[in-house]
Amino acid sequence: MRKVQDIRRYQGFFSMTLLCMLLLYGPLIIVMIYSFNDSPSIIRWEGFSLRWYYEVFFGLEAPKFKKAAFNSFSIAIMAATTATIIAVAAAVGMIRGGQFRAKTASFALLSLPLMVPEIVTAVATLIFFSTIGFVAGYATILVAHIVFCIPFAYLPIAARLENISSIYEEAAMDLYASRAQAFFRVLMPLMLPGIISGFLLAFVISLDDFIITNFVKGAGVETLPTAIFGAVKQGIKPDIMAISSLLLFLSIVFVTFSWFASRIGMKHS
Amino acid sequence: MKKTLTFLSTICLLLGAGTALSAGKLSIYHWFEYIPQELLDKFASQHDVEVTMDTFDSNEALLAALKGGKLGSYDVAVPGDYMVEILHNEGMLDTIADGELKNKGNILPQWVDVSFDPGRIHSIPYQWGSTSFTVNRDDYQGDIRTTDLIFNPPAELSGKINVLDSQGEVLALASIHLGIEQCTNDREKLKQLNELVQGAKPHWASFISDGAKDVLVSGEAAVGMIWNGFSAKARAENPSLEYSYPKEGYVVWMDNVVLLKDAPNRENALKFMDFLLEPENAAAVTNFAQYTAGVANVGDLLDPEIVASPELNPPSDAPAGQFVQVCKEETQVLYDAIWTNLKK
Amino acid sequence: MSNPPHGVFAPIRHWLLLPSWLTIGFLMVSPVLIMLVYSFLTKEFRGGVIWEFTFAAYDQFFIDRGLFGDEPPQIEWTYINIFWRSTWQAGLATLLCLFIGFPTAYYIATRPASTRNIWVFLITIPYWVNLLIRTVSMKFLIRDNGPINAWLLQTGLITEPISLINTPIAVQLGLFYSYLPFMVLPLYAAIERFDFSLSEAAADLYAHRWYTLWHIIIPNIKAGIIAGCILVFIPSLGAFLAPDLLGGAKNFMIGSLIEEQFKGTAGNWPFGAAASMILLTAVLLVMMLHARNQKIDAAHQGH
Repeated sequence: MRKVQDIRRYQGFFSMTLLCMLLLYGPLIIVMIYSFNDSPSIIRWEGFSLRWYYEVFFGLEAPKFKKAAFNSFSIAIMAATTATIIAVAAAVGMIRGGQFRAKTASFALLSLPLMVPEIVTAVATLIFFSTIGFVAGYATILVAHIVFCIPFAYLPIAARLENISSIYEEAAMDLYASRAQAFFRVLMPLMLPGIISGFLLAFVISLDDFIITNFVKGAGVETLPTAIFGAVKQGIKPDIMAISSLLLFLSIVFVTFSWFASRIGMKHS
Repeated sequence: MKKTLTFLSTICLLLGAGTALSAGKLSIYHWFEYIPQELLDKFASQHDVEVTMDTFDSNEALLAALKGGKLGSYDVAVPGDYMVEILHNEGMLDTIADGELKNKGNILPQWVDVSFDPGRIHSIPYQWGSTSFTVNRDDYQGDIRTTDLIFNPPAELSGKINVLDSQGEVLALASIHLGIEQCTNDREKLKQLNELVQGAKPHWASFISDGAKDVLVSGEAAVGMIWNGFSAKARAENPSLEYSYPKEGYVVWMDNVVLLKDAPNRENALKFMDFLLEPENAAAVTNFAQYTAGVANVGDLLDPEIVASPELNPPSDAPAGQFVQVCKEETQVLYDAIWTNLKK
Repeated sequence: MSNPPHGVFAPIRHWLLLPSWLTIGFLMVSPVLIMLVYSFLTKEFRGGVIWEFTFAAYDQFFIDRGLFGDEPPQIEWTYINIFWRSTWQAGLATLLCLFIGFPTAYYIATRPASTRNIWVFLITIPYWVNLLIRTVSMKFLIRDNGPINAWLLQTGLITEPISLINTPIAVQLGLFYSYLPFMVLPLYAAIERFDFSLSEAAADLYAHRWYTLWHIIIPNIKAGIIAGCILVFIPSLGAFLAPDLLGGAKNFMIGSLIEEQFKGTAGNWPFGAAASMILLTAVLLVMMLHARNQKIDAAHQGH
């Protein structure tokens, strides 16, 4: 055992790992630290303060940020919910559907939003909405988000379902359950960790999206990322760092939940 | 159960998003960092209107957005002089009938019969100012009153210049630098103009409008094209910045509030225009953006420091500024080509 | 037990798949097709489109007819260069990510199960954290008056701030930083599945450690390496935020070129659609090449 350890070890890989972590976390941590800086200029450190967080919630621009936050969260909840429902159905169809002709094509279709570069999706969606006369606004953002959330919801759900044996639903059917009962009473509870994980990932993806939202948003509708982008273009200000830190914190919370949801599920099976 | 809850909350949110709390709405398309939030809040509470504002950073971006399907979703926009004329030619402006604006009389006489909107039937004056450039005096101590600093910069400034991402103003300033007219069909002159900007481009670090102040304040740019009031705001954050009124000339402009065609809230748009014509409110914009209002009787309401600022008071030997001109289609396509060629 | 051909849900599989077919088909496939049509439409003066068929957008992309459009046609290198530069930058970002990501993934995969999960979790978080915020923090960090320069100045290591912002190097750094987690995760998954008894066997045959890495481990996890490279390369190729926020509108990449046609001042939708089609074609080519390689590999393994 000792020998295996030695063979697997490579000089310098640990320092590279530390460097990688430093690269990934360094900028985020520094922004978080500076969001507590008690100075209107972001350059000098003038002591710890929560004033920029106060500014975000109660300052002059607070209504704008609150509205953007409301848009972001309501869109994320609706888009993630819809995408999750579609993804659950698709996962059952794909993984419990046996072999069928359209399977490869269906999989390609489901992963299409992951493969097309975001900017291309954004352009195509904008042109599409404009051609069919769908006026840009809140609804256009929601519809666009549902589409790209589907694969992110699908992947953890499908992964979970693959690990659940089909004997459960078959046993339910043998006991004269209807197909709907077999799904809602038996299979879905087993899939739940995967569903939660998929929902949370779709939620985070929707919450974070900038490029597509920026293209399809309508007059006067901002989400947090587009509001942050607009503000950052005029210079990085401390309140933007505070709001970024908040969003960062939220993403971390959701990803952590998603992570544990999927892992608790794994232990069960 | 969980799903039912999610579903219910979704419905609630959907309903919540659909119903506005205020009686009416007003949708504004405005330049960035130009109007104080307090003033919008004041209008909102005075008229019980929900105000939303999107921002743009160049006249051309405004035009592109309206052409790209945003017409019909905004009530008012704030284009510069030449863009008012273009928007009018494109049929994108609504007409304000006689008597619809009760404060129309507050417009300063010299801004009533303007060439881009004679008699002010589509627009009201907002603020006016100039476009030139600002220099960080820590980086450059020489003579700054020449457009050479942008188009033919000394070696020490090369790579430290920011230019506005604004076709009209950049090409107008370049024409002023060359001493040629703005809408020329003369091939040789156009080639000269093209060569000038192409030759200057390697010296330019960036094309930034919305961050024009930030790049100067932070020291990323030593020279930056900028509007005079925005430069005054930059100077407040970094005292070594100095706005230049070049001897060759500079661009002047007047921004205007226009009533857009197919405005969803035409009534509120007119109320807003009336609101902005009140001296008190026009002065509030000036005190914020530090340009000059086009409304009478604002004098006593202005911050004296702004009125006396070097950005708003050209030196006595400075030439008069030039407005950006609207060219005919066959000429404009050539200027468009020069700009596309420059930006690519 | 594997899935039986006639399971409980097999008879209604088409109904189950229908919502996803409809959503993605209607809102993803048809928009791309309409975009294709758009790329052949005529641009109106001052923006907007006229429904008249033309090759003008592709002509503008590939052919230079001089400033006034009357010179003999030549190849237009500008946009090809932008694509080439984007490809090059995306490729370099991929290599950098591989260079840092491989040792990291390898190190994590060879940790004992208890600590391994913590490491994977630490890598997962940045994977999901808002790209905009990560790019903004990079911008903040490397500004002329940002914390790094301030610190270097304070320590006396430099006397003038290092000017990184608005340079291709900043864009490169941004791309690398943006997509680094995308590289580590698939690499990790591949290395974790690697059977280390092979390394042991190599060591028993007196193979040098680095020889083993190069000739035993890397060929065996090739699929993971390729997957990681694709996950970094494709989003880097179409990146918008990094060139826009870190490159200052002069260090154009494809993404910024496309954005400029729609959100910026250009207002040339057909040209933007054409550039998007060209980008999409390039990406699909990479994916197809990847799929073909996988098939070839599978065939080899079948022997």
